[in-house]
Amino acid sequence: MTEHVVVVGGGTGGTVLANDLADRLGSEIDAGEVRVTLINDDPDHVYKPVWLYVAFGQREPADGRRPLTEVVDDAVDLRIDRVTDLDTEAKRLQFRGGGPPIEYDHLVLATGSTLDRDRVPGLAAGGHDYYSESGATALREELLSFTEGHLVLSVVGTPHMCPAAPLEFVFMADDWLRERGLREDIDVTYTYPIQRVHGNPHIAEWARPIMDERDIQVETFFNAESVDPEAETVTSMEGAELDYDLLVTIPPHAGVDLIAEAGLGDDGWVDVDKHTLEAAAAEDVYALGDTAATGVPKAGSVAHYQAGVVGQRIASEVRGRPATATYDGKTLCFIETGMDAASFVEFDYETPPSPATPSEKLHWSKLAYNESYWLTARGLL
Amino acid sequence: MTDIDPDRTVDARGAACPGPLMDLIGEIRGAESGDIVRLLSDNDQSLTDVPEWSEEAGNELLAVEEPDGHYEFYVEKA
Repeated sequence: MTEHVVVVGGGTGGTVLANDLADRLGSEIDAGEVRVTLINDDPDHVYKPVWLYVAFGQREPADGRRPLTEVVDDAVDLRIDRVTDLDTEAKRLQFRGGGPPIEYDHLVLATGSTLDRDRVPGLAAGGHDYYSESGATALREELLSFTEGHLVLSVVGTPHMCPAAPLEFVFMADDWLRERGLREDIDVTYTYPIQRVHGNPHIAEWARPIMDERDIQVETFFNAESVDPEAETVTSMEGAELDYDLLVTIPPHAGVDLIAEAGLGDDGWVDVDKHTLEAAAAEDVYALGDTAATGVPKAGSVAHYQAGVVGQRIASEVRGRPATATYDGKTLCFIETGMDAASFVEFDYETPPSPATPSEKLHWSKLAYNESYWLTARGLL
Repeated sequence: MTDIDPDRTVDARGAACPGPLMDLIGEIRGAESGDIVRLLSDNDQSLTDVPEWSEEAGNELLAVEEPDGHYEFYVEKA
C-alpha cells in the first residue's frame, strides 16, 4: 500500500517541505511505497519579501515569482487547485475545480496568511500596502509622486506576516526621502497597536531610539477603527485621529476559512503543539509557517525551519519509527534600517532577540539571501 | 469569584506577549458598546498590558480574577 503525504499550500513552508520529503523519502517514493502531493491554487511560487523593495522601485513583482514546476522536485505530484473541504475523520480533501477528492495518510497545512482589509471600514479605499503584489505596485506609484505632506504607516492588527517589515518600511522611507531631498517636506508617523513600537520588547527597545533620531513620529496604543478616504483621516479605537496624505497600512490578516470549517482553530490558524507542530484537534495533521499558531513570527525563516522538522517527523512515521524532531522556535530576520544598512536578529522560544548593530554588510547579506532564496525553496539551502 | 456575566470570552492562554492583549483588542473591536469581554490569559505581562490599554481606550476593567493558574480580565467596552 502506498502512503500518501499531502501538503496544502505552495508557499515557503509547503514548497520547502515537499522538496525535503522528495529528498528524504526518495527511495520509498521510487519504490512506490510513498507518494507526496503538493496542492496550491496558484501555479506560481511567490516570494513575498520582494514586495517591500517593489514599493521603493528596487525590484519588480516578477522577481518574486517562479512557476512551481521549476521549483518543486519532479518526484512530487503537483496539483493546481483550491481545497474547499477538509474532512479530518475521513482524511479526505475536496476541490473547487471539481476534480476527484484526495485521501491522505499524512496531511500538512501550509495555507498561509490572507489580507482582511474589509475588517476596518474605509481601509481598502484609503490605505495602501506592500503586503500584496498589486498593493506594492500601487504604492510605488504613490511614493514616486509624493513630494510633501504626511506619510502614515499604521500597523492595523497583529499577528501579521514579517513583523519586522513595518519598521523596515519607515526606516527605508525615511532614508529614501532624505536621499531625494524630500524629507523636510514630508512628516513620517508610525502607529502600533500596543504600548511600544514592536510586539517583541527587545526589538521595540532597539527600534524606538532609531525612530526618535530619524524624526519618525510614533503613536502607540493606536488601533485603527476606521479610515475616511475623503477626509484623509484615520481614527483609532482609543479615540485618536490622524490626518494623512499617504496612508500605508499593514492590513489585518487571517488564515483561510478551511481551517475553522474543519474545526482546527480560529481565524485560520491551526492550534498546534508548538514543538511537534501536530494539530491539536485531528490525527495525522500538521501545520507549519503562518498557518501554525505557535506564537512565533509569521516569517519565512520560521516556515523554512518548521518544514525541516515536519519532514523529519513524517519520514519517521512513514518508516514506523517514533518521531523525535521538534521545533525550538528558531527565527531569523534581517531588518533593513535604511536603503543601505540592516540589522539582524536570531531568537527562539527560550532566547530573546538581540538586534545586531546596523551595517552595510548586513544589508547586502539580506539582498544576497533574497537572491539565493530560490535555493531554499528548492530544498538546497 | 465575580458574578459578572460576560457577553464574549476570548481564551488566550498559552499565547506569548502581546498575543493576549491583541486578542482582547480584536474581540473588543467586534463588540458592541456596553458588551463585557472576558479575557483568559496565563501571561503575567497581561497584568500591566490590559489595564494600560483599557484606560487608554476608555474601556472599563471591571475585575481581574485568578482561578486555576491563569488570569481572567473582565473589560466593558465604552
